[in-house]
Amino acid sequence: MSTIASGEFWAFVGVVAGIYTLLGLGIQLEFGFAGLLNFGHVAFMAIGAYTMAIVVVKLGWSMWIGAPLAILTAAAAGVAVGLPTLRLRADYFAIVTIAFSEIVRYVATNEERLTGGTQGTINLAGAGEASSYNGQWERFQGWLQSTLHLGSKDVTMLIVVWVAALAGCTALWAAGRTPWGRVLRGIREDEDAVASLGKNVFAFRLQALAIGSGLAGLAGCFYAWQFSFFSPNDFAPLLTFFAWMIVILGGLGRFFAVPVGAVVFGVLFAGTRFFDFAPFSWFDSAERAYLRLMVIGLAIIGLILFRPQGLLGRREELVLE
Amino acid sequence: MFLQLVANGLVTGAVLAIAAVGVSLIYGILGLVNFAYGDVMTFGAFVAVLCNGRLGMGMVVAAVLAMVSTAILSLSLEGVLWRPLRARRAGFMSLFLASIGLALVLRQAIFLVAGPQPRSYDVDPYKVYVLGSVRLSGAQAIAVTVAAAAIVAVALVLGTTSVGRTMRAVADDRALAAVAGIDTGRVIVLTWILCGLIAGLAGVLAALVQSSFDPNFGFSLLLPVFAAVLLGGIGSASGALFGGLLLGLATEVSTWAGFHGGVNPIYKPVVAFAVLIAVLLVRPQGLLGRARTL
Repeated sequence: MSTIASGEFWAFVGVVAGIYTLLGLGIQLEFGFAGLLNFGHVAFMAIGAYTMAIVVVKLGWSMWIGAPLAILTAAAAGVAVGLPTLRLRADYFAIVTIAFSEIVRYVATNEERLTGGTQGTINLAGAGEASSYNGQWERFQGWLQSTLHLGSKDVTMLIVVWVAALAGCTALWAAGRTPWGRVLRGIREDEDAVASLGKNVFAFRLQALAIGSGLAGLAGCFYAWQFSFFSPNDFAPLLTFFAWMIVILGGLGRFFAVPVGAVVFGVLFAGTRFFDFAPFSWFDSAERAYLRLMVIGLAIIGLILFRPQGLLGRREELVLE
Repeated sequence: MFLQLVANGLVTGAVLAIAAVGVSLIYGILGLVNFAYGDVMTFGAFVAVLCNGRLGMGMVVAAVLAMVSTAILSLSLEGVLWRPLRARRAGFMSLFLASIGLALVLRQAIFLVAGPQPRSYDVDPYKVYVLGSVRLSGAQAIAVTVAAAAIVAVALVLGTTSVGRTMRAVADDRALAAVAGIDTGRVIVLTWILCGLIAGLAGVLAALVQSSFDPNFGFSLLLPVFAAVLLGGIGSASGALFGGLLLGLATEVSTWAGFHGGVNPIYKPVVAFAVLIAVLLVRPQGLLGRARTL
């Protein structure tokens, strides 16, 4: 158990917040811009992580091919899900996407030969043979650490993840200021008006979904590298809800609000580990885990009741609807 | 074998259908996709476990107490959460997210109080009813009978009583109903009571059929229930009943060996969603839903 003053622990919290940022950026683009209620976002993260691991372990390809392939596969999965479902009404779309994410988790759990099953990727190469997909990543991390004269591996990871996250923010922010971004924003406000101007609403939404899913695929790769191995239950719907909470917490409609939301959420969530005062001290550690999730649930409710526009959101631009 | 699968499908379907009616009514009348519904069902199932197990009451008394307590829970949540949210003119999205938060709070509270260990009711596990080539366990027989009776009761309440008529009017158009002199506040309270009772019953029946359940079980049922609601068409009570039965049958019958060797039973939940997506491709508003934009 790490202490509250441990730099290593907070570097870890920072890495996770960076991964959440990448995940949240997709939701910000899809909902904050294109008005899509994607509640199955975690599925694309799972697809990214598994694609990378499978390509590296089973095909023996380089990680530098595996990771781009993972992002492309996640984006393609976004298109495949979007094609039949994007014309559904918002509420139907939300539930169908959650269902999709559960199907992905289900398949990952049961197709043991492809994914390693419930035991996760450590079982990827078959029983009795612990497999690892991140040797190349570790070497890259080591090289970067010695080149930049960094103190530890955690700090190196922190920098890599946040460079990617902030690059994603900047790219989307720039894209949001182009005519393309303005059309998306228009779709969110009034899709009929945009359609009447001759814009193909469906195509724009599909593009947003593909980009958002690709970003989730990248988040999946970082998740896989950070944790060395993973299993299907790492991609439960709860993670999607965390990402939504981060986006709402930061503020809808602004890409740079996502990293702010992710850091605040990460610190709060990690901080609840150190709740050892009353009333938390009355419970044992398993019970405290339930309490922490209860606090998260209450925070979601409180946020929606008292500050629906989030920390940095503009109420006049977007009242939650 | 085929008839046995149909019977199993009817049992699953009847339980899904009764749960789906509650979700659908809440959506129709309050515009709320209630993600906490599965955990309200869990709450009911655990109240019944407390009454049936520790307090040694009969299953019928336990189920009734469970229904009353879920109705009370639903009403209190209306008071502390949903009414304030409506007063702030929260939109569809806010309500959905708030229900996700509520689902987390309820589930973790149940974990905290009841613990993670699996539970089961004190019923005779060896009782079997045989009808021709079909065998139903005691729990299955009770569940399908009670669910069928409940479905008829709900249909009668909605179809013939004045309360049911006002509910349907509010679901159709809340503003118009208010103008016509219907007290929408009262209808909303009645809806929560009715849906609370339904959720409690559905929770107990689903738990009975599963025979062993933990605090996650309601949440794991939620997606099939939502699938049933979507399949029938959101907001349509008869659609929800129909969707639930159809999904129950489709998932069970898909494993029939005569059907190209059958689907691996592990993938039953996936079959439910495949059916749903196939139907939505043809009818985006669901089987009995009306085409309208949100």
